[in-house]
Amino acid sequence: MRSVRYEAPATVEEAVALLSDAGGEAKPLAGGTDLIVQMRARMISPGVIVDVKNIPDLLEVRAQDGGFRVGAAVPGAVLGENEAVVAMWPGVVEAFELIGSTQIQGRASLGGNLCNASPAADSTPAMIAAGVTCEIAGPGGRREAPVEDIVTSPGKTSLGNGEFVVSFYLPPRPARTGDAYLRFIPRTEMDIAVVGAGVCVTLDEGGTCTAARVGLGAVAPTPLLVAEAADALVGTRLDDDAMANLAAAASAACNPIDDKRGTITYRTKVAGVLARRAAGIASERARSN
Amino acid sequence: MSDSASRFKWVGTRPVRPDGLDKVTGRANFGADFTMPGMLVGRIVRSPHAHARIAGIDASAALAVPGVKAVVTAEDFPEIPDGELMVGEGPMNFRDLSCNVMARDKALYDGHAVAAVAATSRAAAEEAVDRIRVDYEVLPHVVDVLEAMEPDAPLLHETMFTEGVEPKPERPSNVASRCEFTLGDLDSGFAAADVVVEGEYVTEAVHQGYIEPHAAVASVGEDGQCTVWCSSQGQFMVRAYCAKLLGMENSQIRVTPSEIGGGFGGKTTIYVEPVALALSRKAGRPVKIVMDRDEVFRATGPTSSAHVKVRVGATRDGKITAGDAELRFQAGAFSGSHVQLGCMCGFAPYDIDNVRTVGYDVVVNRPKCAAYRAPGAPMAAFGVESALDDLAEKLGMDPLELRLANAAREGTKAAYGPKFREIGYAETVEAALSHEHYRAKLGPNQGRGVASGFWFNIGGQTSAALHINEDGTAVVVDPNPDIGGSRASMAIMAAEVLGIDYDRVRPIVPDTSSVPYSDMTGGSRVTFSVGMAVVEAGQKVIEELRNRAAKIWDVDPDGVVWENGEARPASSNVGEFEPLSLTALAESSAKTGGPISGQATINARGVGPGFGTHVCDVEVDPETGGVTVLRYTAVQDVGRAIHPSYVEGQLQGGAVQGIGWALNEEYVYSEAGTLENPGFLDYRVPVASDLPMIDTVLVEVPNPRHPYGVRGVGEVPIVPPLAAVANAIYHACGTRMNHLPASPPRLLAALDAAKLPEAAD
Amino acid sequence: MAKRHVTTTVNGEPREFLCEVDQTLLDALRDELGLTGSKEGCGSGDCGACSVMLDGRLVCACLALAVEAEGREVETIEGMAEGERLHPLQRTFLEEAALQCGICTPGFLVAAKALLDRDLDPSETEIRYWLAGNLCRCTGYDKIVRAVQKAAAEMRAEA
Repeated sequence: MRSVRYEAPATVEEAVALLSDAGGEAKPLAGGTDLIVQMRARMISPGVIVDVKNIPDLLEVRAQDGGFRVGAAVPGAVLGENEAVVAMWPGVVEAFELIGSTQIQGRASLGGNLCNASPAADSTPAMIAAGVTCEIAGPGGRREAPVEDIVTSPGKTSLGNGEFVVSFYLPPRPARTGDAYLRFIPRTEMDIAVVGAGVCVTLDEGGTCTAARVGLGAVAPTPLLVAEAADALVGTRLDDDAMANLAAAASAACNPIDDKRGTITYRTKVAGVLARRAAGIASERARSN
Repeated sequence: MSDSASRFKWVGTRPVRPDGLDKVTGRANFGADFTMPGMLVGRIVRSPHAHARIAGIDASAALAVPGVKAVVTAEDFPEIPDGELMVGEGPMNFRDLSCNVMARDKALYDGHAVAAVAATSRAAAEEAVDRIRVDYEVLPHVVDVLEAMEPDAPLLHETMFTEGVEPKPERPSNVASRCEFTLGDLDSGFAAADVVVEGEYVTEAVHQGYIEPHAAVASVGEDGQCTVWCSSQGQFMVRAYCAKLLGMENSQIRVTPSEIGGGFGGKTTIYVEPVALALSRKAGRPVKIVMDRDEVFRATGPTSSAHVKVRVGATRDGKITAGDAELRFQAGAFSGSHVQLGCMCGFAPYDIDNVRTVGYDVVVNRPKCAAYRAPGAPMAAFGVESALDDLAEKLGMDPLELRLANAAREGTKAAYGPKFREIGYAETVEAALSHEHYRAKLGPNQGRGVASGFWFNIGGQTSAALHINEDGTAVVVDPNPDIGGSRASMAIMAAEVLGIDYDRVRPIVPDTSSVPYSDMTGGSRVTFSVGMAVVEAGQKVIEELRNRAAKIWDVDPDGVVWENGEARPASSNVGEFEPLSLTALAESSAKTGGPISGQATINARGVGPGFGTHVCDVEVDPETGGVTVLRYTAVQDVGRAIHPSYVEGQLQGGAVQGIGWALNEEYVYSEAGTLENPGFLDYRVPVASDLPMIDTVLVEVPNPRHPYGVRGVGEVPIVPPLAAVANAIYHACGTRMNHLPASPPRLLAALDAAKLPEAAD
Repeated sequence: MAKRHVTTTVNGEPREFLCEVDQTLLDALRDELGLTGSKEGCGSGDCGACSVMLDGRLVCACLALAVEAEGREVETIEGMAEGERLHPLQRTFLEEAALQCGICTPGFLVAAKALLDRDLDPSETEIRYWLAGNLCRCTGYDKIVRAVQKAAAEMRAEA
């Protein structure tokens, strides 16, 4: 029988050492809401489980340079209770809080949601839209990378051997900027996104969109940053035509699959619908900021 | 309102259930909660293929794993000849049951058990499962009911020749049987019709979805005496079925029922129990098997997927003149879908002179279907009640008025044979019509649907006993697993008949050796049948109590009456005596003849059929196909509600299971015939936030052939919702969903397809 | 492989047990500590029947490793009543017939208590979303939601 080792290092450096020594055999454990399910289903059987929740960096939420540094193992329930973060990036927090049930929220983390590398991860498109970056620790030291650069294919990331995500940086929100995330699921809770859309827009004083980012989930092998969808908004006053162009661009960017959760046709169409609706909420927020 | 309040002291009240405290404190023991010293963990090896010949099984590597104590395959079960045998409950094909419990020669579906191991730990058992080498020869498979009926479809059983057709077919097929029910003359019925509607209605397979996975602990002694602790809908069923499958006699097996964590029909058969017994017999130690959730989905339940054709004709003024339906149900890998019951139920709410229903029972490479709440009826009602919605629209009639105009009433001859006696169908339609919900305003993209449903309800072989304790309290021995509060109903009826306080009655559900045989908990029979037996046992106790009082007073027993829980002289002619309470009589029982007890063994007759009518409001998101249930009202003739809260609970729970069936629940199979969604993540039962409150209206048309007027209530409420939801969707967006579930991708595709002609204009 | 020794607090009492590294907290509670009130309905965090509190947070015990309980506080259904005194939710679940088979009940009670511990006046919608991770197949949720509302009202009146 295969033996599993459990380690709970207290520092980032120890964690890096454990992960790199074990090669691909080690798995970081944060909330465990994907890892333990996969172990139980015997999809994976790691040699070493590296519980990162004893490392202070992974669990803290602190203000930094006008934005926020959020530990990669902070549970959704904790971030949702942080009023300052919610006020600044409501779209990111609401996406995070959509993951699973109240019970899942007690454990699930941004780091796990990203590094599980599901195309349908809820928080990833929202973080992409908000321009969130992550700090990665590894044998070569620490580096900062945009969230959109992490997932490379279903279940695979760009992280090297021994690397893991320590924290996320939510940048300071520019003036008149708002973000929002919407997903479609068949029920009201407990489902994996069939389509997810995160949108962030910045307006000038006259209400013209000066910057936008659009992230899509569950419509391609990886979460997408869709420049064409953002371009459809920039320079417009987010009128109906601009919104229709956004929807068309979002749909055009889709490269989904038919599976038990949705069809190609369905995902492609609804991606446009949700991008448009999320942009509507984001622009409302931008106007009131 | 009901007359219960005036006539009864306990019937119709809402006391706390006797088993409640244990269930809110975590003390109640369910199937997986039982342990035995020295117990081994059993795990099952399951086929990854939809259809495969088993060329060989090599367990040597598994047996070499440290801690592994036994491996069993079909070789460890006696081969049973084909054909049906009678057991207590009725005819059963034990060869099929045996082959479903453990595949013999062929694996017939993804998840079919092919071997099992017992080991000292779960880890060792799983290691052994991985090391059992099964040599599969993969065969072509079929999972769709219509495809399985094609002449060139992959054949599951070489020995299956369609029954019920003349002449007998010369070639085997996947069609196990054909059934037909007719009344009047269909051709003349349609000839008399001014309006005819027709449609084809498809439903997907759904699972009962009980939260408790199947679990059993079995222990076989050196003398061949066996004990089984398990969660089921009938300990006597488990005993009889296990005995047949293992070549034992019933007396060798004692089955103790645990609390049951939901069944809905899915626990009316056996899966892990005989396997645990076979492992225990071989290992010489107790063995516990608890299914994982994916095993529950892959290998137990579900209900049939179905294809239903309906044609209905009516005169211009709304009198239905003819009803015709063809039902094709897949049964899973062995014959025995509930298509016949579906045929009987579809048109049952209506008084129609000319009816024909034809059913086909078809095998496919899916798990053998099991009963699911009113088995067969929801699929049939989906077709008929959708067609009636179209008919009402064509006639320009209110859909409830159409139903009322054609309602079956006392004296109506049902299409499946009998003449109805006292029934309350029309009353449910009238209650729905007059309900405030039916007149409430709707907004844009919102629609309201109605539908009705019928279920027979059953009686059957039943026992019960009432023991009077020495202090005058009482024990009700209720032989049926309590699946939703029946112990409360038994205690209420016992208290009512004895005239004592509810709190002085304690019900228990005993093992198979402690009470005479009783049929399973199913068919909405328990409150009716066991209640009848409890009342009869209570009357025997009262007779004995009168004898005891007569003895004390030295009078003739005929001179003693039992009133309000006391023995009194029947009149002043008998003499002047202070009344004797149950407590007083119990305390003095040693001097008057010993312990006081009553037992009843009956074959309960006189069931009252059940009817319900549901009203559902939905809102459709035209851009995503998402459906929100805004409001739901379930109306049902419940005979008389013994404990109204649990009756309401049956209506609410059944309605919500039907809503799940209508909107999001379905078995999804891959091209390879493997189940793609064997978990609660992607098999989407309704969650709390999906639903509004479920309003209930209890119409009480008492069943005169039950001492307290009981009709079964548990199954009717899952019959109307499929059509009620689909009809509401139609009225919200103008698109009729003939294929359920109306999941968002399916509904959006239908909405977009309906828009195409417009775009072309 | 050697088992791990875990020292933890369960329902306010210090407890110790041995477990495998990949054993879940749920299995340890049920199999090592005999606390079978927490149920396994799915083993994947989708049904909530194993809901427990871990350091004051509502979690699924099937989605935590037993070794993670080291030095932490676990609360289960078995600790909900104070001696003979039921928690108001336990009482209202009985009074409102909020259970039929009862397998999901422990999980619902633990989850509902976690809600009322932070908000004594939740709306019906908040109750429904908070409890969306607890599946009940018997009741259609109606009476469960009403029982939570009734307990909340009683607790507000007492507060």
